[in-house]
Amino acid sequence: MIAFDYSSVNSISAAWEAKLKFPNAEFIAGGTNLVDLMKKGVTSPGKVIDISHLPLKSITEEKNGLRIGALATNADVAEHPTVRTKFPLLRMAILAGASVQLRNMATVGGNIMQRTRCPYFYDTAMPCNKRNPGSGCGAIDGYNRMHAVFGFSDSCIAVHPSDMCVALAALDTIVNTEGKKGKRQILITQFHRLPEKNPEKDTVLLADELIASVFIPENKFNKSYYLKIRDRQSFAFALVSVAVALHVEQGVITDSRLAMGGVAPKPWRLYTSEKLLNGKKITPELFREAGEEAMRDASAFKHNAFKIPLGKKAVTEALKRAVESSF
Amino acid sequence: MIMSNAASSSKQKHTGRRLFIKKAVALTALSASPPLLIKAGEQDEFISSFFEKKDVNLNINGKTYSLSIEPRTTLLDLLREQLGLTGTKKGCDHGQCGCCTVHIEGKPVYSCLVLAVMQEGKKITTIEGLAQNENLHPVQKAFLKHDGFQCGFCTPGQIMNAVACVKNEEISTYDQIKEFMSGNLCRCGAYPNIIDAIMDVKKQGGAL
Repeated sequence: MIAFDYSSVNSISAAWEAKLKFPNAEFIAGGTNLVDLMKKGVTSPGKVIDISHLPLKSITEEKNGLRIGALATNADVAEHPTVRTKFPLLRMAILAGASVQLRNMATVGGNIMQRTRCPYFYDTAMPCNKRNPGSGCGAIDGYNRMHAVFGFSDSCIAVHPSDMCVALAALDTIVNTEGKKGKRQILITQFHRLPEKNPEKDTVLLADELIASVFIPENKFNKSYYLKIRDRQSFAFALVSVAVALHVEQGVITDSRLAMGGVAPKPWRLYTSEKLLNGKKITPELFREAGEEAMRDASAFKHNAFKIPLGKKAVTEALKRAVESSF
Repeated sequence: MIMSNAASSSKQKHTGRRLFIKKAVALTALSASPPLLIKAGEQDEFISSFFEKKDVNLNINGKTYSLSIEPRTTLLDLLREQLGLTGTKKGCDHGQCGCCTVHIEGKPVYSCLVLAVMQEGKKITTIEGLAQNENLHPVQKAFLKHDGFQCGFCTPGQIMNAVACVKNEEISTYDQIKEFMSGNLCRCGAYPNIIDAIMDVKKQGGAL
């Protein structure tokens, strides 16, 4: 790991002021992604700003929803009583990700900010426009089994690796940021950006901004499920994952949210499938149609074509399991 | 006798290689430094003085250590290389194998991804801190009883996470234990025995 300067900050404003002053600085909290990237030489900040002591750990139920501090750990969120009872989808998604140890370390803010696990991004001997802008993309003509079928560009086909964010996207979560320009509220579905011509920029966060909290609006969904398909049963990134939240009344879907992971550079909402489901009576045929609709605009590369039929089946199966769920 | 000879010669080799690497690094660093500094550059202290150090107080296994460390030092490297607590193992060094599991504030974490400088005042427990004097922790005893290891390299990490597993009352079935322990890999494949060991301690009413 290349040596860096280290400093710790005690207030949110001190954090973004330090980032303004040192443009090649990185914030660190849980460190599960950043330390790994620094060891691999993927990133080598001149300064590391420790934000782990900021007062952003609390999880509080508010009038219209749940506010989760950016420094709450993934484990804290999954175990929180309100998350268990009112946002079981979030708990399920978090517990599908990483391992016990990583969930004890990783924070909500860090989970949202984590970088792709594309092997070409990680291998500094390979070209990668995300790591080294202008160097090319190793994955497009390389081994691209894990890569995107939605939202990619000519310069990058990497996927966002988070499970938690897929559930947050389905739950219309708002990301609260702070920086020199003040506070901003950004919908999670607009927080991560598509690669287009500059894949080095993962999110719309400005250079000095940091995530302070996320807010999940209260909802009336009474059925939900997070289905994750991976190469091994546990502790692996998703090939395809599906978050489902439904409001079902007397066998009819009155409202629905669907989001996918492992298929795009950001958590991928399935708006047209949601539209197709809303107001319909539950039938196996309806769920099959929603699966077909979900993957309608997908296009594959040499090794990831399997994700399209897998995605259809995963959406259908996740809907089925959501309806069978007790919440 | 043979054993001790082999051990000492391998130690010498190791030291020789380490010295070579240090000298190589020193020369590289000095190629960019004024000639006046070259003599001093032969000393390791000179090289390490290039890098900023931070003072930190760490509470490890109930003992307080006042240290001056480079910010890039991981807790794992600090434990093994500077404090001689080599029970914690380095497997992948990238948070994928679980060999380096220790407890911080009672929770299992991967020490390879933890910067030691960030742990001021936190209570850290390593495998060396589990036994009470000569009495092994119930999980350690259960690993012996159930043969929960073969080569033993992943075992300290397995035991540290297993301790958290037996304390967690929500985890009770075989499948739940498997999932809880999925962040600890065992290349020998001792998994069934590890799970039996955990089940056994849970049946005894968990560990302390």
